[in-house]
Amino acid sequence: MDNFIAARSQMALSLGFHIIFSCIGMVMPFFMAVSHFIYLKTGNTLYKNITRAWSKGVAIFFATGAVSGTVLSFELGLLWPAFMEKAGPIFGMPFSLEGTAFFIEAIALGFYLYGWDKFNKWFVWATGVVVGISGLLSGILVVAANAWMNNPKGFDFINGEYINIDPIKAMFNDAWFSQALHMCIAAFAATGFAVAGVHAFMVYRKKNIRFHAAAFKIAATFAAVAAILQPLSGDISAKNVARLQPAKLAAMEAVLKTEAAAPLIIGGIPDTATGQVNYAIRLPGLLSFMAYGDMHHPVKGYDQIPKEEQPPVMVTHFSFQIMVALGIFMLLIAVLYLIIILKKKSWQNKTWLLRLFMLATPMGFIAVEAGWTVTEVGRQPWIIYGIMKTRDAVTPMPGIPYTFYLFTAVYISLSAIVVFMLYRQIKMVGKLYDNSDNEALTFSHDLH
Amino acid sequence: MLYVVITFLWVSLWFYLLFGGADFGAGILELFTRAHNKDRTRRTMYRAIGPIWEANHMWLIIAIVILFVGFPKIYATMSTAMHIPLIIMLLGIIARGTAFAFRHYDAVVDDMQQVYNRIFTWSSLITPLFLGIIAGSTVTGKITQQPKDFLEDYVFSWLNWFCVAVGCFTVAIAAFLAAVFLIGEAQGEKDKRRFIAKAKTANIAAFIAGALVFFASLYQHIPLLDWIFANPVGIISITAASLSLILLWYLLSKGKVKILPVLAGFQVTMILLSVTYIHFPKIVLLKDGGYLSLLEHEATGKTIDALGAALLIGSLFILPALFYLLYSFRKSANRTKA
Repeated sequence: MDNFIAARSQMALSLGFHIIFSCIGMVMPFFMAVSHFIYLKTGNTLYKNITRAWSKGVAIFFATGAVSGTVLSFELGLLWPAFMEKAGPIFGMPFSLEGTAFFIEAIALGFYLYGWDKFNKWFVWATGVVVGISGLLSGILVVAANAWMNNPKGFDFINGEYINIDPIKAMFNDAWFSQALHMCIAAFAATGFAVAGVHAFMVYRKKNIRFHAAAFKIAATFAAVAAILQPLSGDISAKNVARLQPAKLAAMEAVLKTEAAAPLIIGGIPDTATGQVNYAIRLPGLLSFMAYGDMHHPVKGYDQIPKEEQPPVMVTHFSFQIMVALGIFMLLIAVLYLIIILKKKSWQNKTWLLRLFMLATPMGFIAVEAGWTVTEVGRQPWIIYGIMKTRDAVTPMPGIPYTFYLFTAVYISLSAIVVFMLYRQIKMVGKLYDNSDNEALTFSHDLH
Repeated sequence: MLYVVITFLWVSLWFYLLFGGADFGAGILELFTRAHNKDRTRRTMYRAIGPIWEANHMWLIIAIVILFVGFPKIYATMSTAMHIPLIIMLLGIIARGTAFAFRHYDAVVDDMQQVYNRIFTWSSLITPLFLGIIAGSTVTGKITQQPKDFLEDYVFSWLNWFCVAVGCFTVAIAAFLAAVFLIGEAQGEKDKRRFIAKAKTANIAAFIAGALVFFASLYQHIPLLDWIFANPVGIISITAASLSLILLWYLLSKGKVKILPVLAGFQVTMILLSVTYIHFPKIVLLKDGGYLSLLEHEATGKTIDALGAALLIGSLFILPALFYLLYSFRKSANRTKA
């Protein structure tokens, strides 16, 4: 493995790990706040217990997300010093604001987790909401920085020099809105389905049914709304990519030959040597329509992109197809679920519904990882689109494969521990939060 | 605006050293606590830093963001030359942050706690050790912008007596801060005496480590004394730190602990001030005799203006909220103690 591939792999690994924890860390506070709100309004202790259980999850995910985020802020320089030296002053604005948002989140979390019995109950609730909002803001800001790499704005690039730098313009580049919107909704859908899936499994296993069913309903509702909104934001994103990064669109959709009335290609194995996509389903004119709103608008293909500027089509196309397929599947479950809670209440506890949600547990996060692969791999060979190549940014430090192996080992063991801890949290629900199963009246007091 | 940004950089480092340092120190103390007292140390520490734990570590992120937005050349040079110690420090940060959360939030209390504890305490030692090593490397004049030789430029630029001595000094200071902060948190006379003893040990350790730094600087021909005593700020801050040391020992032996945290904080502040003031605005001394300067290698005007504005606005939100967090938990801690 050469240094460059190792650096890219290490970055991908670190971001791929961080993205899961930060999504959960920014979305779960909203579930927690809803459940907390129901408890404060109704006094139903079931919701108090759900809130407490979820807040433990938030604490674990926040801590993990915070350290993996800290690592990333160093890794940018450790792996891509040449990139950071040039890009730091230009796209740094959202990072400096994100520092504030993240700080506020940490402070609010301190109040929320440790102030439960010490402060006014609505104050504590509000700090929980602040955790969610500032987490969401952090996410939006970080994505805005990433969007700048796709649509570098706010400077003039003349004779290899970056001049007339305007960090505000850079932050509000043309890609930030569609990317941030798509990512936020994705975070809600992914976390919603993951949380709902776990609770569905517990209901299915007939463990603490009341507790898990109530928790399931909150998470599933968030998931359903997000999954229904996501195709709309996906459409905005696709049109944006078509306009700003035609090469990425070509890679996503496996457009090897430029065509007017380009077909939408589903599946298939793209072969850049022959310019053919084998074994694919083609829907004539649909890609032109989806990308440009016109059945006959030409879509730029690989034949019009210089060879050294073509992103890897196989990875990008497959990742994109995986994301869309999972998105559609989640959309169908979401529509079904909304029909159920609005019209067909009797289906709510049907085993097949629970099974469907259990099946969907990892789907949101697989889609998130796939979508993120699309945006990153689809930008290659550029680290700053059209300005700086990724290969030119890599650190001169030798031996990066070793740190990559090391980080792989660390992140795999960390993920294993987190899964193990969640398993124990869930196993202990009967003891700590909901003893209706064994009807023992032992006081389920809080851990600290 | 450049000076606003530099001030924020300094303040973030300062707060990270004080609060983050005390957090590290608490872990170090736990490592060096006898087995039967470990649990008590752990509980005291948890009460003291639990609520502000995450916030204490944000200062590092703020500092690093200021560095890469405002002083990209310095950030890029350092993160290339210091690749290896930074990686070790990062592993320490990962291990520590997660182990701290895991040991508190694990729903089942069993042997896994021992695993979390061990990871937590050892990473509490390793992380500040490497922070200190990296800090030391900035003035040893071994960092180059064109690294060629692996051992020379990526390893011996930080693996040398002086840097390691600075690392040990940082560890000792962290332990000292933690011990002093924890005296006030102790419940009961016995625990209080235990933390006073720890504070004394840590202070002696800091003194020895400080001497090591001095000898290492002689050995490596680093004119440390000339630097410190060549300017009035250095002389005044080192004198103030030494005088307050005498006062500190007097108060420690008398068991008068109320003012101790302020005094310890003051000492550490003076040390940081003297060592940063010496070189200002030069922040990294390079191998070729050149340097990286905060006043010469900054980003362009608009970036610095925007960064300064973001920091000022941010601090309007952060500082009151942080203050209120500290204040209200202190108040409620005092109430439970009374």
